[in-house]
Amino acid sequence: MDLTLPQIKYIKDMKKIILIGFAALIYACGGPQTSNNEAENAGTTTEQTTTTKDVSEYDPHRGEGKFKDVELGALDLAKAEKGKAIYDMKCQSCHKLTDERLVGPGWHGVTQRRTPAWLLNFITNPDAMLDKDPELQAQLEICLVRMPNQNVADEEAYALVEFMRKNDGVK
Amino acid sequence: MFHKKFKSRFVAVAILSTLVGLQSCKPKTAATAVSGDAAQKVYVAPGQHDEFYAFVSGGFSGQVSVYGIPSGRLFKVLPVFSADPESGYGYSEESRNMLMTSHGYIPWGDEHHLSFSQTNGEYDGRWLFANENNTPRVARIDLKTFHTTEIIEIPNSAGNHSSPFITDNSEYVVAGTRFSVPFDEDEKDIPISSYADKFSGAISFISVNPESGRMDVAFQLKTPPVNYDLSHTGKGPSSGWFFFSTYNTEKAYTLLEVNSSQRDKDFILAVNWKKAEEYVKAGKARKVKANYAHNIMDEHSFTVQSTIKDEVLVLDIKDLDGICYYIPCPKSPHGADVDPTGEYIVGSGKLASLIPVFSFQKMMKAIEEKNYEGTFDGVPVLKYDAVLHGEVKKPGLGPLHTEFDAHGNAYTSFFVSSEVVKWNVKTLEVIDRQPTFYSTGHLTVAGGDSKTPYGKYLVAWNKITKDRYLPTGPELCQSAQLFDITGDKMQLLLDFPTIGEPHYAVMIPASKIKDNQVRIFDITKNNHPFVAKGEGETKIVRNGNRVDIYMTLIRSHITPDNIEGIKVGDEVYFHVTNLEQDWDLPHGFTILGSTAAELLILPGETKTMKWMPKKTGIVPFYCTDFCSALHQEMQGYVRVSPAGSNTPLRYGTGDTAPKAE
Repeated sequence: MDLTLPQIKYIKDMKKIILIGFAALIYACGGPQTSNNEAENAGTTTEQTTTTKDVSEYDPHRGEGKFKDVELGALDLAKAEKGKAIYDMKCQSCHKLTDERLVGPGWHGVTQRRTPAWLLNFITNPDAMLDKDPELQAQLEICLVRMPNQNVADEEAYALVEFMRKNDGVK
Repeated sequence: MFHKKFKSRFVAVAILSTLVGLQSCKPKTAATAVSGDAAQKVYVAPGQHDEFYAFVSGGFSGQVSVYGIPSGRLFKVLPVFSADPESGYGYSEESRNMLMTSHGYIPWGDEHHLSFSQTNGEYDGRWLFANENNTPRVARIDLKTFHTTEIIEIPNSAGNHSSPFITDNSEYVVAGTRFSVPFDEDEKDIPISSYADKFSGAISFISVNPESGRMDVAFQLKTPPVNYDLSHTGKGPSSGWFFFSTYNTEKAYTLLEVNSSQRDKDFILAVNWKKAEEYVKAGKARKVKANYAHNIMDEHSFTVQSTIKDEVLVLDIKDLDGICYYIPCPKSPHGADVDPTGEYIVGSGKLASLIPVFSFQKMMKAIEEKNYEGTFDGVPVLKYDAVLHGEVKKPGLGPLHTEFDAHGNAYTSFFVSSEVVKWNVKTLEVIDRQPTFYSTGHLTVAGGDSKTPYGKYLVAWNKITKDRYLPTGPELCQSAQLFDITGDKMQLLLDFPTIGEPHYAVMIPASKIKDNQVRIFDITKNNHPFVAKGEGETKIVRNGNRVDIYMTLIRSHITPDNIEGIKVGDEVYFHVTNLEQDWDLPHGFTILGSTAAELLILPGETKTMKWMPKKTGIVPFYCTDFCSALHQEMQGYVRVSPAGSNTPLRYGTGDTAPKAE
């Protein structure tokens, strides 16, 4: 029998349907109970941030978020300058530039303690990391205030990290 | 024997029919009215969202409440026409201007009706309009923020009841006056008994800017002196027309209870607003003196500009052809409602025992053929029978308001007989009736006044609850009753209490609003004249006895939190900026002895509290909205020195706090 393209597609679709059906079955057995108001009314909206399924997958060096392996070269002074302005508006209330703790820890030396990816992820995705990072959880026991999500854009986060590096004497 | 048996049967029938008679006078009990699966149909599991938002007028509370349907859960009371100590609305220096009128600052309003903005006759989820009856005003609420962002006063109007109904592309929000009064341009110190000759009715058309939503009183129709009650837009074939119910066409000015119910029929006034617009464009409107306030909030500075306007354009309907026609309608009609097809206009005569349904096609034909039964103050009155599609006979007592589903059915509320009645718009047959508890005013079908009703649920808004809830002293709550209208028979699902008096409400699918929500105000775009964008910008500026404090809040401290050098007799302004940039993180602010309310400041927002210290001493201030584990530490002190003393102005937080002298 000559299988024309649409039929092939049909067979593929059948496979898909079977798979979906199987998944639905699993979901129906193990998934959360929903009321008569279906998933479209679900309270939790899709978050922009990525979230790993469980704590064991968490990478304490990279943190969690959209940044992976970030290599930074020589200090970008212009960027660091922008970072200072963001620091003044959104961070300074809680972080000093020395090693003294205010609400959160002082920033002195932070670029030696953390990788750039970890810093960028924590700035842009604090809630997910506060739930998983063992060191952050230990710190929360001391500070008692969760670092707020200050709605820092990716570009701004890079600028803040440049400013942190400048603060740590990177040339 | 036979005779005896017959007799006992007869008695049984008589008793039964008496019972049935009683039953029809007294509404069924809840036990007989609610069926088994009702609970399941209104159960929205923890963490799940409701399918619809219901925005419900607050009546004499002056506010608008927001409920989830089908759960009946109250989410929020939106401050609109009354000051709200909970949020500081009407107390903060910025928001006080929103309640300014030509009579000065007014802390209260009577909010009756609501309209969603529409595009092509459908709810577009952008704005909600609300009317104020007492001091005639219309408000616009931005559905991205749920904030009242604009209020405009209506000149020449008194009792803004027939409002804020909207045209099918949000070109205009209308405002028909309940009380006719002399216009500002006319002699005003006149005997009340000159009502018929010297008073006028006003119907205002408020334009809505399609981009910004900004309102403006575009023009007013000056009409014979009657009372306007309610109104609705035409749509589809009747797009371009608006229909206003009138009562007191007797022109009574005393004991209206009796004197305005004499005539067999009042009118529905059909207004060709497109034509009126043309007359205005052609320069046929008169520019007359007026006096009204217009208050607008700037979305980046959070400040409100209040201006007094002194002119308005007026068209006299008796002088211009083709704008207005009266349709006779029995008796003192309340609702004037247009079905989704735009062909049928339903008049709900609140003292009538039938519901007339008018046909737009027939109306146009009658106009074309000049099929008039006469004129009323120079305006043509169309012949009742020429315009009538038909009458719903014996529908109930006291029909008030009609809404529609997408399947050709109408639903009318009955105040006197306490029921909602479902009937077919074309055949005029009654399909179902269900009792309400008690005395329903308006009702709402989801999308029921638009071109595309969503149906599914109907809510009856009841004036009286009597025995329905746990009693709360002499004043009892008013209430809503939710019905499932997916079947032929309406099914009562739920009672829930409401805020103030629920005159009217509108329901919209949650999806049209919930994904457009503003979560925070971007601090980088805040251009409040006294903002501090970061603690580095906090400061205190003294100018004579005026002191401006640029203050910031962030979990969990206030900057500055130690302030010295304030003196008795100073006029102190706390300009408080919330530096948070995360959703659901407001901070509050207040100071001991404040005669305003607290400030509730949303992330990225700046608000101002005026404080006049009257006593020497140390005065604490703190955050009033629980924000974090260290909320109870979020506090500060002001040192108030005697008037004329020379305590230096010093301030700071932590390291920068003033040290011992």
